[in-house]
Amino acid sequence: MKNVWFALPLAACALSACVTINIYFPAAAAEKAADKIIEEIWQQKGEKPAPKTTESQPAAPDTRKEEGK
Amino acid sequence: MRHLMKLGLMLFVLCFSAVALAQVDFKVTSPAITSLKQAMHERHAQLRPYLDSGAVGFGADGMLVVRNASAVPLPERQTVNSLVAAENQDRNALYIEIARVNGHPEWQTEISNTFAQRMMEHAHPGWWVQVGGVWKQK
Repeated sequence: MKNVWFALPLAACALSACVTINIYFPAAAAEKAADKIIEEIWQQKGEKPAPKTTESQPAAPDTRKEEGK
Repeated sequence: MRHLMKLGLMLFVLCFSAVALAQVDFKVTSPAITSLKQAMHERHAQLRPYLDSGAVGFGADGMLVVRNASAVPLPERQTVNSLVAAENQDRNALYIEIARVNGHPEWQTEISNTFAQRMMEHAHPGWWVQVGGVWKQK
């Protein structure tokens, strides 16, 4: 009979833990997933996501620099 | 009584494995997600010049904002507006879809915030991001 008082709360505890933890947002996993998706979306064709390399666009003049800031 | 004990133990083990799974597993694949990513990838190439020039920046919520329309030549302004609107729409759709495939539609806000924060982090040098209501250049 003693075992009932042991097993039942244990089961209840386990169940509630299950419910509680499943509700939490897995922030770390989500961040990693976000990083990967952002990289995929922002990646340019034939270019690593490194800052500005020389693009194959000889016609483009360097006029962008002085505007916009 | 032994049965009950066993049952309890089994439940416990089951729940722990479920918990372990739930923590590791964050799904980001579905046909909808793939096509959204593709659309956003193609759009990014078009948006890139405007991000580089500072005409478009990242608002505090991570959505794109036309922050300096005068940096855009008049004939292109409508295009920029449509690009920004379409991009924000796709971003929202992506966050809703990721929340949905994970079985937690209520995670949408957290997913959106996570993406916002990570995008600001990844923003290229020269791009503008809004932090605490103030525009800052990376």
